[in-house]
Amino acid sequence: MPGSTPASLTAEAPASGTPATATSPAVAGEPRKRRSVSPWLDAWRRFKRHKLAMASLFVLLFLIVAVAVGPWIWTVPINEIDFTAKLQGPSWKHPLGTDDLGQDILARMLYGGRISIAVGLAAMVVAIVVGVLVGAISGMASGRVDAVLMWLADLFLSLPQLPLLILIIYLFRDSLKNVFGLEAGTFLIVVVVIGGLRWMPAARLVRAQFLSLREKEFVEAARALGASKSRTVVRHIMPNALGPVIIAATIDVAAAIIAESTLSFLGLGFTSDTPTWGGLLRDAKDYMDFAPHWVLFPGSAIFLAVLAISFMGDGLRDAFDPRRVL
Amino acid sequence: MSREYLIRKILLLIPAIFGISIVLFTILALAPGDPFEELATNPAVPPEVRQQLRAAFGLDDPVYLRYVRWLVAMLKGDWGFSFVSRVDVDKLILQRLPVTLIVIGAAQVVSIIIALPVGVLAATKPYSLFDSVANTLAFVGSSLPTFFTGLVLILVFSIWLDWLPMVYRADLESTGFRFIWDHIKQSIMPVMVLGLFQGGVLVRYVRSSVLDVIRLDYVTTARSKGIGERRVLINHVVRTALIPVVTLVMLQLPIVFGGAIVTEQIFRVPGIGSLLISAMLANDTPVVMSVTFVFACLVVICNFIADMLYAWLDPRIAYR
Repeated sequence: MPGSTPASLTAEAPASGTPATATSPAVAGEPRKRRSVSPWLDAWRRFKRHKLAMASLFVLLFLIVAVAVGPWIWTVPINEIDFTAKLQGPSWKHPLGTDDLGQDILARMLYGGRISIAVGLAAMVVAIVVGVLVGAISGMASGRVDAVLMWLADLFLSLPQLPLLILIIYLFRDSLKNVFGLEAGTFLIVVVVIGGLRWMPAARLVRAQFLSLREKEFVEAARALGASKSRTVVRHIMPNALGPVIIAATIDVAAAIIAESTLSFLGLGFTSDTPTWGGLLRDAKDYMDFAPHWVLFPGSAIFLAVLAISFMGDGLRDAFDPRRVL
Repeated sequence: MSREYLIRKILLLIPAIFGISIVLFTILALAPGDPFEELATNPAVPPEVRQQLRAAFGLDDPVYLRYVRWLVAMLKGDWGFSFVSRVDVDKLILQRLPVTLIVIGAAQVVSIIIALPVGVLAATKPYSLFDSVANTLAFVGSSLPTFFTGLVLILVFSIWLDWLPMVYRADLESTGFRFIWDHIKQSIMPVMVLGLFQGGVLVRYVRSSVLDVIRLDYVTTARSKGIGERRVLINHVVRTALIPVVTLVMLQLPIVFGGAIVTEQIFRVPGIGSLLISAMLANDTPVVMSVTFVFACLVVICNFIADMLYAWLDPRIAYR
């Protein structure tokens, strides 16, 4: 395994690093570009030491593979109504039981997991793209632009997230549904609104990184060699600011999955025709006394996903902090 | 804390609430749909009447005029009229607000009671077994969504053990001591759901804050003077370590408000969170707008209190 003698393993390193970090595209792309991969390899070595984070990585990979491949293996339709088998506990025919219409919960959970995880990743991308842009502009521009952008970030931070999320979805849901269709419209608004209300932490992180990095000697050296401002930012400052961004991105995925589940749970996200994990919980909560399995399985799925992502964020924090001795 | 500092902070509240009102109004103005949409589809109302109504309510005026009118009405306490329950919105909210504040306040107290001893103990023995168990549990508690913990608590304590009532009832029949007992019983689960979540977050804050302080020189001085470990901890370490925690408790509140919405919905607690959801499902726009505004104002006020407490507790802060 890499780690003992990193220098001799540079050629092999990207191959061994890629599958494990496939969930965060920024990491996957990076080792390939440069030949000397030592910072990323070092981070991966540190990450491996964090046992809970490694376990979480496997749990998460399992969940992703399950929802990605599962619907092809478990081919029971998500909306096959069978009143003779309603509210049944787990059995061979329905491994996770059935709901009040006799629909198979495993099939609905596999389908719902796709949506929940997709929403989480997409909302994270929105939040990080906006956050990195705002933070980078703010950190490079300084002066009045910086003041206005940070004032905006502070304003957004002082807004109550969930009520605002609910308000926006309430006001815009119907018209987006008419334009993009029920499922795509809901997906779009949920992703954009969740992502759009979570860019502030990333923006502040990136700004802080930029403020300190742009004064460093290597950036000055790049400037002295005649590198343009955009080249300095993209090639020299940004790669060094990426660590905290990746950690923030990981946490954002968990937060977005919780936000989407909360919305669906409150009946404001996807409808019952499109089962998400939160939506399954909403449908199940009125049948808790007859069918506890219906609550427990989707709930545990959310719990596992969120917890695994959070632990991974914790592991990444250790991995990207070179000052920390492990 | 000087008086000017206080006055300046109070004056700074005004632009904050102003900014929130602009954000909310912008969202409302950008939203498609129109409050008189129902009239348009109602054949009994001729189009001319609808036009007159629109003109009378000033819906055809430019945006800034509508904003000023809306803001003035909000400031005067004229928050509109609930379409569904036929009551003034401000009365409806005032009726519901105390319940929410009590639940959130009780949850804060619970979280502090849990987090303070656990966090301090974990910090006095860092990397011990107790520390790692407390840390892991805190991590799990703070990353669990409130709706799931709520449902699990109902499942365990109401359905399997049958100890606590499943839903919160505002119209209890019992009286006297029994009334109080019933109220406590039905409040335990909503308060615990929020309190445990908040407690998980706080344990980590308290721990890292105490760890920062415990290595400072003045603590060593106190020890070398022969003061007992217990007194050093309580009188010297915790007092200083709690200053940043107080701020964090307050700044964490927006998330707790979000959790309160969910919790009220699960346990059917009649607070403003469940009012928001039911108004939304019933398309009751005036109520939805006002409740969101109230939530935003509460957050701003909590931030203000956090600033004040911080300045009051920490004499090192310069009040410029």
